[in-house]
Amino acid sequence: MSLPPLVEPAAELTVDEVRRYSRHLIIPDVGMAGQKRLKNAKVLCVGAGGLGSPALLYLAAAGVGTLGVIDFDVVDESNLQRQVIHGQSDVGRPKAESAAASVREINPLIDVVVHNEVLTTENVMDIFARYDLIVDGTDNFATRYMVNDAAVLLGKPYVWGSIYRFDGQASVFWAEHGPCYRCLYPEPPPPGMVPSCAEGGVLGVLCASIGSIQVNEAIKLLTGIGEPLVGRLMIYDALEMTYRSVKVRKDPECVLCGKNPTVTELLEDYEAFCGAVSEEAQEAVSGSTITAAELKSWQDAGENIYVIDVREPNEYEIVSIPGAVLIPKGEFLNGSALERLPQDKKIVLHCKSGVRSAECLAVVKNAGFSDAVHLGGGVLSWIKTVDPSLPTY
Amino acid sequence: MSVSVRIPTILRTYTNGSAEVSGQGATLREVLQKLDADFPGIGARILDETGRIRRFVNVYVGEEDVRFADNLDTATPDGVQVSIIPAVAGG
Repeated sequence: MSLPPLVEPAAELTVDEVRRYSRHLIIPDVGMAGQKRLKNAKVLCVGAGGLGSPALLYLAAAGVGTLGVIDFDVVDESNLQRQVIHGQSDVGRPKAESAAASVREINPLIDVVVHNEVLTTENVMDIFARYDLIVDGTDNFATRYMVNDAAVLLGKPYVWGSIYRFDGQASVFWAEHGPCYRCLYPEPPPPGMVPSCAEGGVLGVLCASIGSIQVNEAIKLLTGIGEPLVGRLMIYDALEMTYRSVKVRKDPECVLCGKNPTVTELLEDYEAFCGAVSEEAQEAVSGSTITAAELKSWQDAGENIYVIDVREPNEYEIVSIPGAVLIPKGEFLNGSALERLPQDKKIVLHCKSGVRSAECLAVVKNAGFSDAVHLGGGVLSWIKTVDPSLPTY
Repeated sequence: MSVSVRIPTILRTYTNGSAEVSGQGATLREVLQKLDADFPGIGARILDETGRIRRFVNVYVGEEDVRFADNLDTATPDGVQVSIIPAVAGG
């Protein structure tokens, strides 16, 4: 299924632009008309992180005339393994500004719009309305559902990509011509079921594999060439080096873009929709969360405690709290961890940032360890407040 | 029927790291039952407490999403590839 071009051509290309884009211009399918469409195009990249980095660089180089970048975060050293739009000297700088500076360096002939803010239900409609196409490079379910809903409600196409370890997925969602993200995944997973890249890791170059597919699809949509990835999900396996595509059907029962939609405006709270932490875990941690300083003082005072690290072995290897015993979260979820817990000691659970340990705390309390606690903020808060000499990840 | 089952990264802890395992069954339901028997626990990551496919997991028989076919009763002909594709949000 080919689709008409999303953007009308600009009136003309300058001499500088003809020189710069000559390798596009001599491709018959792109040509002057296609390049003029790119010049007239307004594309927003949501997130200047793993996927946003290659996406923004190539969109800029390709001559997309107006390129927006929205990100609220600042560049962290742990981003540099994959977020190639930022450099060492950008650490601590807002990502949106750092990305815009790289884009301007790559192509001074285009306009860059910096949105150094959080994308929220308050601003998403106004911001998206200014663009022809959205590239979704966010890193969490809440924002992804919000991006989808806003795009569908505004009738905008968006190019979606997602990554984890060695696996990538990409598709184009455009309710007018095919399915939306909710047709593919009607509901987000409950918290704790699907790990994030911060928990599970990601191969840096995977970002380029998927980000480049996203730019490829963006260019096709803007210029109206080729077969867009509408109604198909591309699945990439970097270890096996395979690309497979499966059909994504428009769900007639979709609550957003189906025949009888029940979602006709943005949800009030996407965080709640996706559940940052499960209700059980929220209940478990209430009154049973300690700080890193408290844990340190308990250890120093020789309190009768048993500290359990619920992360994965490779995370434990990177950094761990002295004295902590490793029992990964999965062993709590399947129950096998319980028999290894001492009955005569106070259980203290921790993970990287406090989400996984909260889930485990619910299991442990249900099993009768009513005085068990977890470390709020996880090993990261331990490093911050107790021993800053330890590495973070 | 002998089929192959593609295991996503996040479920490979159940299959000792294998990305693809062999399966048996005339329908998807039978294939998933056999899969859970071979790799205990994996079934609960795909099916919810009521035995239905979880809403954030898509299962494909060949290229087709079984939600738009016969769900767990979708036939799994000999040699077909069954793919389990959970939602991931990383970026």
